[in-house]
Amino acid sequence: MTLKSLTHLQRLEAESIHIMREVVAEAENPVMLYSVGKDSAVMLHLAKKAFYPAPPPFPLLHVDTTWKFRDMYALRNKAAADAGMELLVYQNPEAAERGINPFDHGGLHTDMWKTEGLKQALDKYGFDVAFGGARRDEEKSRAKERVFSFRSANHRWDPKNQRPELWRMYNARKAKGESVRVFPISNWTELDIWQYIHLEGIEIVPLYFSAPRPTVERDGLILMVDDERFRLNEGEVPQMRSIRFRTLGCYPLTGAVESEATTLPQVIQEMLLTTTSERQGRAIDHDQAASMEKKKQEGYF
Amino acid sequence: MTNQEPIYKTDALIAEDIDAYLETHQHKTMLRFITCGSVDDGKSTLIGRLLYDSKMIFEDQLATLESDSKRVGTQGQEIDFALLVDGLAAEREQGITIDVAYRFFATEKRKFIVADTPGHEQYTRNMVTGASTADLAVILIDARKGILTQTRRHSYLVQLIGIRHIVLAVNKMDLVNYDQATFDKIVADYREFAASIGIQDFTAIPISGFKGDNITAHSENMPWYTGTALLPHLEAVEVDATTDQAKPFRMPVQWVNRPNLDFRGFSGLVASGTIKPGDQVRVLPSGKTSTVSRIVTLDGDRDLAVSGEAITLTLTDEIDCSRGQVIVAAQSPLEVADQFESTLVWMDEAEMVPGRAYWLKIGTQTVSATVHAPKYEVNVNTREHLATKTLDLNAIGVANITTDREIPFAPYTENRDLGGFILIDKITNHTVAAGMIHFALRRAQNIHWQATDIGRDHHAGMKHQKPAVLWLTGLSGSGKSTIANIVEKKLARMNRHTFLLDGDNVRHGLNKDLGFTEADRVENIRRVGEVAKLMTDAGLIVITAFISPFRSERDMVRSMMQPGEFVEVFVDTPLEVAEGRDVKGLYAKARSGQLKNFTGIDSPYEVPDSPELRIDTTQTTPEEAADLIIARLIP
Repeated sequence: MTLKSLTHLQRLEAESIHIMREVVAEAENPVMLYSVGKDSAVMLHLAKKAFYPAPPPFPLLHVDTTWKFRDMYALRNKAAADAGMELLVYQNPEAAERGINPFDHGGLHTDMWKTEGLKQALDKYGFDVAFGGARRDEEKSRAKERVFSFRSANHRWDPKNQRPELWRMYNARKAKGESVRVFPISNWTELDIWQYIHLEGIEIVPLYFSAPRPTVERDGLILMVDDERFRLNEGEVPQMRSIRFRTLGCYPLTGAVESEATTLPQVIQEMLLTTTSERQGRAIDHDQAASMEKKKQEGYF
Repeated sequence: MTNQEPIYKTDALIAEDIDAYLETHQHKTMLRFITCGSVDDGKSTLIGRLLYDSKMIFEDQLATLESDSKRVGTQGQEIDFALLVDGLAAEREQGITIDVAYRFFATEKRKFIVADTPGHEQYTRNMVTGASTADLAVILIDARKGILTQTRRHSYLVQLIGIRHIVLAVNKMDLVNYDQATFDKIVADYREFAASIGIQDFTAIPISGFKGDNITAHSENMPWYTGTALLPHLEAVEVDATTDQAKPFRMPVQWVNRPNLDFRGFSGLVASGTIKPGDQVRVLPSGKTSTVSRIVTLDGDRDLAVSGEAITLTLTDEIDCSRGQVIVAAQSPLEVADQFESTLVWMDEAEMVPGRAYWLKIGTQTVSATVHAPKYEVNVNTREHLATKTLDLNAIGVANITTDREIPFAPYTENRDLGGFILIDKITNHTVAAGMIHFALRRAQNIHWQATDIGRDHHAGMKHQKPAVLWLTGLSGSGKSTIANIVEKKLARMNRHTFLLDGDNVRHGLNKDLGFTEADRVENIRRVGEVAKLMTDAGLIVITAFISPFRSERDMVRSMMQPGEFVEVFVDTPLEVAEGRDVKGLYAKARSGQLKNFTGIDSPYEVPDSPELRIDTTQTTPEEAADLIIARLIP
């Protein structure tokens, strides 16, 4: 008999597929949160594999802030259509009405558009399980996050009230009103994600590759001037720099790195040789050491 | 700080030939391991060291680490690696970790996932959880202290979960002057102990997590040690599921993929063995056989799938097969049974209630199961068997379990996926226990159901009535017995054949051996339920008056009866009203402490969620209540 050793990527892939099928078998109304980043791209690709030849039996939900990069919106619509999945886009109407934006409102921007927007969207459609692309290696407080993370009826995460997860066994039972966030790629690292994208030829937003782009430098972050809404300070003139992004979010809040990496192997090469961690480009994480944990308790993904 | 340069820092290939590097890395394997140690054994320091030496720490994280080390570290001005792995804010302040955390690092040969579990009183639950997915366990020992009670406990749990690869890491060798005799003595002691609990083999390595000795490379401080360093050992351990591949094919069906009428696929994760198109398979428990037609994937059909892969199969025949069933190699089926002996690790704050029905999830199947009183509890430190009536949080014991239907299974020692299960509380939905099946009990198979010629319909027909159970539940003194009595009198006048089972009366005879602990109350209700069921088979209308404080047991009785026959009547009297009446003087006794486990005082009453009838006795007389109940029964 031919014995076959599974590689680490094959084992991770099998685990993620197993988790997704478990959710579909046990949930009443699941949804996949889709942020258009590389982790979402991998998660979507795994969903296609898990349910083939059927399309993934749940919609994609993008909790939109209206401030994402234009390239992200373009890929979002294409990826959903390619997968044969319904795409739901939710924008918090209160945030829109009050004109909440990253220039004037700082932390409130993330809170209103993302944290509140997500809760509102889940309530509006009555989703009981939401897949998310978070990974345990991203941040210290996530290292102990469960694959099935339970939220109270008002979406709060209680670190003391999470269930032990044994073997490949997930307890998905919950009371009415409670919901679960499920993280199928919990055990993937940033390098695993990149390797898998490379191996499987998964389409990702071009912003991950270097190109000359209009930028300004502020508070040590290189920001891209993606559209005319970017407010230039007095005397500030956008400069063309060869940049790319390691992580994608709202464009006025996402720092770029100067780079010449235009191919996937070059991007991976840079990542391996780099000396700063992935989340450093996200402005929200610098507040305080335990900021992610606090945000999570409040319902941020 | 370190006496050797980390050898895993970077790979020259990354800079020189990234394509070649990626090609190599696509063939890496994965090892999951758990580190077991007590608070001061240097566990977090070791993990921090592994992350650091394999270059998983970035500059910004290192900067944070350096400032944190000075602020809250325990190593003076030196870097406190333990801070790298302590996560949540609360535990940082308390200086302890409180859960299972997963860490990741990779070398040129392998990706590693480390389950890090804390060393305090919740240890059993967390360690069993972390160990359940591990291929290998690193048991840490402080060289200055030797084998401790905790070492024995960790080793017992590792053996219980069935981890085959064990590394005995004798840590803090720098604090015993790298002395060989100290190391040799600890290893000899451990060898003797390990043999006594059935651990066949282990690898002992002398290390210093703090100084970095024998972590990535052989340490010059211990020339007497001739084995490999820790990381090279972890890279070399044979973990591929090749042994699982050699076993017979088993796949619990997770999901039936049915996008259209022309396609019907069965998705699942292969628990053991291999499968090819053309292989004969059997579906359990039905026993139907068929042949594998295709192994379908997004990237085209496959000609082979192996243990550990998540696949979708199609069969040549249209046979019944759904989630929870198991597809197996036709010539080597699994055992099917509904009673088991198993080890249970209790994981919930609420103790086990023998006789209560819990959800049992095994493979992809969830069934209702009753846990019987434990045969014994195991003292995890000494492995003595202790007599017990229940299992508390973190207790490990052996008990029989009865499921409400037959399930395919394998003993846990043969297959974790088909012999490991969890128990879920039906009300709170908590995962309350992890279980490992030892073997099936034969009892059920030898007692067959005797079919009788005169059945329940015949009995009921002779009485010209529809059998029913009018189940009155409520606090002591709520008026259950009074109302039940009036109901029976009224029904008798209507020529209905009835029987009244009263809580107090039953305790004089059938249940006189039972007290008022939670377990005894569960058994009390179970027996009454069985009696009521026999009476409905005899065609009677049964009226019961029991406090029956727990939802689980009321639901259990409901599930014993035919659909529609169980009528739950909530006799709703506020505690202060019932206590004010105190017809039997019991509340007074309970308040003064003479009566223990009294419902409403020091034992809970779980209000029915959706009873068929709710009677508010502050608004309704007993006569009116009886009429309401009869109207519900005979519309």
